[in-house]
Amino acid sequence: MFDAKIPAGALDEKWSDYKGHCKLVNPANKRKLEIIVIGTGLAGASAAASLGEMGYKVKAFCFQDSPRRAHSIAAQGGINAAKNYQNDGDSVFRLFYDTIKGGDYRSREANVHRLAEVSANIIDQCVAQGVPFAREYGGLLSNRSFGGTQVQRTFYAAGQTGQQLLIGAYQALERQVALGTVKMYSRHEMLEIVKIDGKARGIIARDLVTGKLERHFGHAVLLCSGGYGNVFYLSTNAMGSNVTAAWKAHKQGALFGNPCFTQIHPTCIPVSGDHQSKLTLMSESLRNDGRIWVPKEKGDNRKPSDIPEDQRDYYLERRYPAFGNLVPRDVASRAAKERCDEGYGVGSSKQAVYLDFASAIERYGRTEANKHGDDHASLEHIIALGKEVVKEKYGNLFDMYEKITGENPYEVPMRIYPAVHYTMGGLWVDYELQTSVPGLYALGEANFSDHGANRLGASALMQGLADGYFVIPYTIGNYLAEEIYSKAVGTDHPAFVEAEKTVSDRIHQLMNIKGKQSVESFHKRLGKIMWEKCGMARNSQGLTEAISEIQTLKKEFWSDLRIPGDINEMNPELDKANRVADFIELGELMCKDALLRNESCGGHFREEYQTPDGEALRDDANYMYVAAWEYKGDHNWDLHKEPLHYEVIKPTQRNYK
Amino acid sequence: MEHYSMNLNLKVWRQKNNSEKGGFKMYRVENISSEMSFLEMFDVLNEQLVHGGEEPIAFDHDCREGICGTCSMYINGKPHGPWQANTTCQLHMRAFKDGDTIVVEPWRAGAFPVIKDLMVDRSAFDRIIQAGGYISVNTGNAVDGNAIPIAKDKADASFAAAMCIGCGACVAACKNSSAMLFLSAKVSHLALLPQGEPERKSRVLDMVAQMDKEGFGACTNTGACEATCPKEISLSNIARLNQEYLVASLTANK
Repeated sequence: MFDAKIPAGALDEKWSDYKGHCKLVNPANKRKLEIIVIGTGLAGASAAASLGEMGYKVKAFCFQDSPRRAHSIAAQGGINAAKNYQNDGDSVFRLFYDTIKGGDYRSREANVHRLAEVSANIIDQCVAQGVPFAREYGGLLSNRSFGGTQVQRTFYAAGQTGQQLLIGAYQALERQVALGTVKMYSRHEMLEIVKIDGKARGIIARDLVTGKLERHFGHAVLLCSGGYGNVFYLSTNAMGSNVTAAWKAHKQGALFGNPCFTQIHPTCIPVSGDHQSKLTLMSESLRNDGRIWVPKEKGDNRKPSDIPEDQRDYYLERRYPAFGNLVPRDVASRAAKERCDEGYGVGSSKQAVYLDFASAIERYGRTEANKHGDDHASLEHIIALGKEVVKEKYGNLFDMYEKITGENPYEVPMRIYPAVHYTMGGLWVDYELQTSVPGLYALGEANFSDHGANRLGASALMQGLADGYFVIPYTIGNYLAEEIYSKAVGTDHPAFVEAEKTVSDRIHQLMNIKGKQSVESFHKRLGKIMWEKCGMARNSQGLTEAISEIQTLKKEFWSDLRIPGDINEMNPELDKANRVADFIELGELMCKDALLRNESCGGHFREEYQTPDGEALRDDANYMYVAAWEYKGDHNWDLHKEPLHYEVIKPTQRNYK
Repeated sequence: MEHYSMNLNLKVWRQKNNSEKGGFKMYRVENISSEMSFLEMFDVLNEQLVHGGEEPIAFDHDCREGICGTCSMYINGKPHGPWQANTTCQLHMRAFKDGDTIVVEPWRAGAFPVIKDLMVDRSAFDRIIQAGGYISVNTGNAVDGNAIPIAKDKADASFAAAMCIGCGACVAACKNSSAMLFLSAKVSHLALLPQGEPERKSRVLDMVAQMDKEGFGACTNTGACEATCPKEISLSNIARLNQEYLVASLTANK
């Protein structure tokens, strides 16, 4: 097995020990070392900016028209940090513990502890950059609760926390671009990793405007290219989010960790029809104030306002009294699916449950009335006051809901249903965030490392920024200190020539199929297989079928695809074809991984393995490992197992009751 | 909400690339559901074109939830279409009725050259940020977040300006193609915070200089930008920008 390089010593001393002993690169040598960063979301932008500040020569790439568009921007609810500003018992250990437990004991203790340790620094850094976090009247930072925890440790900027954090990182990045330490390549897509003597030494990128292929050298390559939720076609990811960079790395020898671990987010706007191109999240923060329910009566078609209180089933509060509506995402999603499958779903599709703000509106309204000394306020007045409070907290989300559905959530409960949101799996990395290919790193959602089988809300932003601002600046030095002897390789090196030819051949092959079906239609079909057979609930028969269906789909794709237009021009259909081709291969691996993991844990729910009351049933004796897959050729992978050792936390059956 | 379907005529700007001349082309789409988003209607049209062997219409889009700022269509003479405080991707087809003809063009501004069809190059915005739209603080230098108390109204006002998504609708709406609303939002975001104070003067001078260099026009206070802005960035930011600029020009040691 590849070495995870977890430092020896006590858990809470590992990271400081590592920092105290890792190799350093002196400033004069940093100027000679080149680093390539793929993707400019929270992980990529923060890494590129920080490495630029340190003096490295950085080249950053994104497929969007500007680094500010990366999908981190869409994160809504917040970012966790163990600041304990609320004096409610939070600590580094609790954040670490909640994250491990939330991940259903399938993540590495050392990585997660480091994440909790640096979480506080992230908030400080972002405040210094001018990120306008929500504040209390006293001028101090405000916090709110998120799922899977009992403390208030989430920092936020209304429902646009990701936007504000990304703009902070983007501005830091643009500052380095102005100073000349970072060169930015927008509308560029990475299509191959170039390896020389076993080490990552550069990339082949395609300029999406001209269609030209480019060769770029780097002493190290950082993949910060996000998650692969779009393998399901419908997800909350941006349309362009893709697995291509990570997949190329995988085919060049980087192991892929836990590919089947997918997060299905419980609160999304339901699908409205076949035309649907993407799904929209309604932030988990809404579960602070919204109560989730379905009618107690099957097929109750009354308007929600006509269903009296005693005929409503607040099923999360009923099943999980301790955490109520704030159970972790995997638990909330499965509970919604269970109710809908049993026939209690609402709305025209019956594939939805209510998220109701009526009682929060009334509660806030009463507080406001009290504040103003109005003891005899009418209910109408109280509700009007309450709506104002809710508007300040969640206004942008309510507006978004109304634009999409045409319904006013201040008046009628939202209808929500689970949707694919995040992928915990990703490129396998060691403690230093290095993949199994020397010199090739993976940061943020692109790696597998911190969230186990289920990510807690407000932890993705934390991880992306931790990796970019506070982890990679140290760990990359440990590798590059040895690279000061290697001169930059000219891009006329045979390895570059060959890599470019591989990319060019594949593009020509795609263009020359000249079949009848569009890329979009293949992507939709792949998504349908994945959602039905490798989605919220999986079983051995479905997964076996899915694998053969995907193999058939792949054959059809490569023999009947139609891409209009030319290679040497802006051609979005071709860009999409390149991505979908990789999604198809990934889909097969995900099903294979899900089939092999004969247990349920976190977001991975195998119907055969559940407790009598329908909770995920882990099998720690046989599956307490990271499944790290090595690519061996078409439809062919080898499995490596990295055993997980719990030295501090004792894994138990997760209990949110 | 009552659902219905409709047949529409689309008059869309087609342009092969930056150097060739473009022109309008008519298309017809049928059976469009009122529940679709505007871009999903374009997906339907593009699928139709691909199946007919034609090149689909290139347009910028990504998050499709109104926050990334990528989408950029000029719909029936208005950036992002008929709805208030809205982006193209969040516009839904219930805004239209059966038989409508919808005209779709790219952003039109000298500083935003067309790349293809409805896609334009907005990298000028990145260069304006490069000129000073940041606080110069390296990673690792920060003090505790609560060491800098910020009055809630100041923090809220700063956030309101920071909500700008950099889509460029303000420029497209302006008869002078001015980027003043975009620039003033960034200047306000940072000038309203104590962290932004040390670079307050150089920031505004450098960013305005870059804006002029990029070829954006002057502001004549028409207010079309504010009326169009999907995030309702207020015109008062431009007033603040002018004030910041004036003070900086008179007092900066440059």
